[in-house]
Amino acid sequence: MKHLIPEFEKLKKRYPAGLDSALVLPCLHRIQADRGYVADEDIDGLCEFLRVPRIQVEEVLSYYTMFRRKPVGRWHLQVCRNVSCSMRGAERLIGHVCKRAGVSQPGQTSADGRFTVSTVECLGSCGTAPVLVVNETYHENMDAAKTDALLEGLK
Amino acid sequence: MPGRQLLMTFPVTATSHLLAAYRERGGYETLRRVLTTMKPEQVTKEVAASGILGHGGAAFPAGRKWQVIHLDDGQPHYLCANADEGEPGTFKDRWILENAPHRLVESMVIAGYALQVHNAFVYIRGEFDLPCRRLQAAIDEAYDAGLLGERIMGSEYSMDLVAHRGAGSYVCGEASGLLTSIEGRKGYPRNRPPRLTVRGLFQRPTVVNNVETLSNLSVILAMGGEEFRKIGAPKSPGTQLVSISGHVAKPGVYELEFGYPVKKFIFEDCGGVLGGRGLKCIVPGGISTKVLTGAEIENVTYDHASFAKAGSGLGSGGMIVIAEGTCMVRLLQVMVRFYHHESCGQCTPCRDGMGWMHKLIDGIVEGRGRREDLARMEAIALANDGTTICGMGDACGYAVTGILAKYRDEFEYWIANGRSKFDGRLEVAEAELAHA
Ligand SMILES: Cc1cc2nc3c(=O)[nH]c(=O)nc-3n(C[C@H](O)[C@H](O)[C@H](O)COP(=O)(O)O)c2cc1C
Ligand code: SF4
Ligand code: FES
Repeated sequence: MKHLIPEFEKLKKRYPAGLDSALVLPCLHRIQADRGYVADEDIDGLCEFLRVPRIQVEEVLSYYTMFRRKPVGRWHLQVCRNVSCSMRGAERLIGHVCKRAGVSQPGQTSADGRFTVSTVECLGSCGTAPVLVVNETYHENMDAAKTDALLEGLK
Repeated sequence: MPGRQLLMTFPVTATSHLLAAYRERGGYETLRRVLTTMKPEQVTKEVAASGILGHGGAAFPAGRKWQVIHLDDGQPHYLCANADEGEPGTFKDRWILENAPHRLVESMVIAGYALQVHNAFVYIRGEFDLPCRRLQAAIDEAYDAGLLGERIMGSEYSMDLVAHRGAGSYVCGEASGLLTSIEGRKGYPRNRPPRLTVRGLFQRPTVVNNVETLSNLSVILAMGGEEFRKIGAPKSPGTQLVSISGHVAKPGVYELEFGYPVKKFIFEDCGGVLGGRGLKCIVPGGISTKVLTGAEIENVTYDHASFAKAGSGLGSGGMIVIAEGTCMVRLLQVMVRFYHHESCGQCTPCRDGMGWMHKLIDGIVEGRGRREDLARMEAIALANDGTTICGMGDACGYAVTGILAKYRDEFEYWIANGRSKFDGRLEVAEAELAHA
């Protein structure tokens, strides 16, 4: 993470002076975008840079669902399983995505490391349900045919 | 369109979210007038006069919240826009963030000036990809144009604004959990008192308002509080961005002037129930509000008083339409699973109660239900009410008691027969969706 410090310094200027603990989440997001997950050495570096206790960063990493301590597959497929999506086909979609990704249930990564499938809670896409998020990008109004076409293009 | 529009006033195009387009629509002119001709106290007075209620779920008057901040207390004050939008069924703030981010930025500078804030935050859902990028781009444009940062528009007033991403936690939408999260810790809500306007972010006086509440400020200051108050229903001034989803023909975000007839909205503006089916019930404003049956909303108008009279609330404006034939046992199962998953675990009644209810309802669906399970669920829901640090304990309780009160027969049927009274599905067939 050391190479990100100049970026973090810039970010600091827009936060209240002296309250560096507010930078924990933004820095972790940046680190994860860079490496794909948060490694032990990132935690050490961040604690040193922000002068926050290690336990605080560990707690944050385990509390928030978006942070990962391990890498995921090249394509992270996340399907919403909340009310509005369920009402418009999410239950079908979850099964279909698992089948196509080659995993037996959400939470798994395919043997070739290409896909990880997860279920998530309402993503604010209920009006265009069901929604499938690939890495960061929303794909809305999904069905089996659209999923097949989408996954086909993800090597 | 259902009544007057205050926020959805322009055609959405590929460039309508940019600064140039916002300026063409008169953007930032209100801010200029506020900074050059008004005192901070006067701004708060206009907001109080407008009578605007919070759009984040609790419908608290924004003016009353603001009046707690003492401008001369010698402390830093903070302002946070709540853009965590996690209440299932709600996606209206996303519309603002994607399509009118400058409306939010301008309004936040106005709010910051009124409250003498020098550091403001938009706490935005971490998963919101496009909204995050649009908001960040708007903030960057505003800095470049001197609309944020040092001496805004050449005035004496300076304010920094950051888009601060959450990281996947429903509870961080709760105002105090949100602040704990900005402080760089796990998003535990806090006991009140002290109120956040007394001791909020980093122990300083802090105002947290919903994105939509804040976005209305530039509208209020442009027309004046008294004029704003004349729009909408007597006790619900203004409009609401309603997100409508579920078994409805035309889902999406609609701006409704308060007081608009709900049935007319669903059946005329939104095309009625998917596939022409009958209306079973609606979740009026996010799953934390009690369901209302088709008959119960017959004469209801879209405003706080009318929904309260019908026995529910407007919540976050996230309406979910549920068609005849939908299994309410399965629906409640999804809701309870969600609450259990999201409980932050600080309070025993919430952490254990939701886990227990989740187990009970899974048991029913798997054919292991017993008649006494329903009474037990109601007792757990009741034990949650008012005994927890944040409103999530109550919210789950309302969802459970609301559905059990109206659709108990479906639960009894499943317990007695080991299967759903309907086909046990929530989703409509793919063909029906294509048809819509
Ligand atoms: C569990 C829980 C989740 C909440 N989530 C949100 C949310 O996502 N967005 C929001 O604006 N308010 C949310 N609220 C309400 C906030 O606590 C707070 O009332 C609101 O942001 C204040 O803004 P307003 O007065 O402008 O409505 C939530 C409340 C609870 C109890
Ligand atoms: S009510 Fe639930 S979510 Fe809220 S603070 Fe208590 S345990 Fe956490
Ligand atoms: S329920 Fe799936 S995005 Fe809201």
